[in-house]
Amino acid sequence: MGLTRESSGKGAADRNIVAEKKHGEITVALSGNPNVGKSTVFNYLTGLNQHTGNWPGKTVCTMSGSYIYSGKRIILYDIPGSYSLSAHSKEEEVARDFVCFGNADINVVVCDASCIERNLNLALQTTEVSEKTILCINLMDEAKKRDITIDADKMSRLLGIPVVATAARSGKGLDVLSDEIVKMADIGNRRTPISPDYAEIIKVLIKSFRTTEFDDFCKQNRLRPDWLALQLLEDDGSVSESLSERLNLDIRQYDFISNPLNNARKVLEESNISPKQFTDMTVEGIMKTAEQICAACVKRGKDKKFTRDRKIDKILTSRVFGFPIMFIMLAVIFWITLFGANYPSAVLSELLFSFEDSIYSALTYMRIPAVVCDIAVFGVYRVVAWIISVMLPPMAIFFPLFTLLEDLGYLPRVAFNLDRCFKKCSACGKQSLTMCMGFGCNAAGVVGCRIIDSPRERMIAILTNSFVPCNGRFPTLISIITMFFIGRSLGIASSIVSALILAMFIILSILMTLLTSYILSKTVLKGVPSSYTLELPSYRSPQILKIIVRSIFDRTLFVLMRAIVAAAPAGLLIWIAANVDIGGVTLLNHIAGFLDPFASLLGLDGIILLAFILGLPANEIVIPIMIMAYTCSSTINDIGDLNFIKTLFINNGWTILTALNVMLFSLFHWPCATTLMTIKKESGSLKWTALAFLLPTVAGIILCILTTLISKLF
Amino acid sequence: MLLSQLKNGEKCTIESISPDCKMQRRILDIGFTPGAYAEFVAVSPLGDPTAYLIRGAVIALRREDAENITVKKIN
Repeated sequence: MGLTRESSGKGAADRNIVAEKKHGEITVALSGNPNVGKSTVFNYLTGLNQHTGNWPGKTVCTMSGSYIYSGKRIILYDIPGSYSLSAHSKEEEVARDFVCFGNADINVVVCDASCIERNLNLALQTTEVSEKTILCINLMDEAKKRDITIDADKMSRLLGIPVVATAARSGKGLDVLSDEIVKMADIGNRRTPISPDYAEIIKVLIKSFRTTEFDDFCKQNRLRPDWLALQLLEDDGSVSESLSERLNLDIRQYDFISNPLNNARKVLEESNISPKQFTDMTVEGIMKTAEQICAACVKRGKDKKFTRDRKIDKILTSRVFGFPIMFIMLAVIFWITLFGANYPSAVLSELLFSFEDSIYSALTYMRIPAVVCDIAVFGVYRVVAWIISVMLPPMAIFFPLFTLLEDLGYLPRVAFNLDRCFKKCSACGKQSLTMCMGFGCNAAGVVGCRIIDSPRERMIAILTNSFVPCNGRFPTLISIITMFFIGRSLGIASSIVSALILAMFIILSILMTLLTSYILSKTVLKGVPSSYTLELPSYRSPQILKIIVRSIFDRTLFVLMRAIVAAAPAGLLIWIAANVDIGGVTLLNHIAGFLDPFASLLGLDGIILLAFILGLPANEIVIPIMIMAYTCSSTINDIGDLNFIKTLFINNGWTILTALNVMLFSLFHWPCATTLMTIKKESGSLKWTALAFLLPTVAGIILCILTTLISKLF
Repeated sequence: MLLSQLKNGEKCTIESISPDCKMQRRILDIGFTPGAYAEFVAVSPLGDPTAYLIRGAVIALRREDAENITVKKIN
């Protein structure tokens, strides 16, 4: 779910990216509609591992990477997908600005072979900007399944630019693409790209700009004259602003620009063509050209795959089956995760725990002081061992499963089904997608909110993202469910019940997300729902092996590393607090005692609250901290043994109410440190970050107080 | 008639986009230009949005946006 080093935390100012290069290097802008496989092309060529998934809007920041081909270094810039160079949102502006002003040597427009007509819209607009454009028709393997044949050579002749057919998933055609890139960097484009078949009046007006001074100005600034003329004619202000910014002067001061512009305005007024109608006409001209080209080069046969996809859609979005299927899908994923992780968890915890004594002896043998040995083994190692044995197996199963769902193309259908709920809360339907991303990692979910165009709706999505539990919180939830709501057994029945209970808690999270979004949209983030379009991509068969390998290295290890890094100091702190005496009482008990009164209002105790507080860097360590704090001695048999832990908790005053409240608080409490930092970066404001801290916390406190009060009635 | 009035299984050609439409350019860029062929594909279980086939891709639009697109039904 976009949980990688790159996606969680990076992505700083994308706005004024300019292609940087050294002599002899070739810079390439990879643009295209959303979900056409730009990132796949990028990954394959650069060997980097940008996250991909089968739903539109995956790439949210500009990524760059390079590779060497034919002795030349090629630097690729993977920019967020857009349907047009006419920008509707900050992200589309990023794409537009990079293509128009980023000074990349070459533009590669990646297209989806199955819907070339629409894709040509962007391609034709790009060729207007620069003749050094290459069309890359990707997803040819998918097109073949849909009985679509494309004559790439003919298309190249008609378009006036090189056209390369590729299937980036398997690397087909990418060598040819690199060839064309190197060739174009070397000798440029000897042909002139086709001009869209605009209405006569537009062609005349464009021509009216073409004076010698204008052409010279364009040549000086590496702009194509026809393109600049059209931008000025269409201008809603943003392009001339961007241009003026980049060139550091006000272009309207020039006569050769303002004269034809004023003249054009008069002509359009006299012909009764409003700016909106002008826009209509330009897009119509482009589409007409696209249609003509496709009619000549694309043959469509009996699209059986399309029919099959539609049948699947009818079921997944049906009134009767739509929602139940979503719930079952969720429950099944949880069940597979729970059931599949049981055995490996038990094995790992036994194994790692059995090392404790050997490690302790080894350290003692090396004459390391007892204190340090204690800290190292019973503080740090124990916590880390718990995390590995309890966290790793579920994560290693959940991540690939969810990625599978992503790659299939199911997630947009979820957004499609849930859109109305979000619309009622004045939020964006794409929030369901960012919510799904939050299941993997809340920080990645926050970054993913860039797919939401409207700033107001984006903020709502960011603020509510932490209401959904991330993978770091699943082990806590799963452990408690297993300990307190079911018996500890490896049986199938108990794991089904666990999965259902977990699914119900997740539904609660989703409902809270909707409720909070609604409240936000009526108070601090007032506004009307903005318009948006959602593309439902065709179903693609996932590359299972690739997913598993990538999941393990990209995400699982990364999250594990982070958890361990957070766990070590926390384990140390707890050990110290548990072993330092102040006035006959350990520091730990002092702190716990201080937190106790407030905690008992919530049906928790001081130690639990302290564990959550110390869990700020990583939610994974909450339970290990509780275990350590409760025991503080070295006589435990097996920290992986949930029966033992349950006894430990009960001996410390836990009841079913406590377990319930711990689960509720785990779902609804402050976001982890990484998420908070990401929110600060994305929102640029401490105020909103503080609100992001408070919202889930307050929700959790209220819910816990409620359950405690209700239980007192019985 | 309006695109939002298109029912299950029906097909049409696009005639025009209302100038009031907030995301006129986006709708055009996605392919809903005059003369284009569109088909009803599916509706969300909650009634909104509706997905249409347009230029080879399936795009979902909310009712209030589909109400801005005038179409001619094809039999």
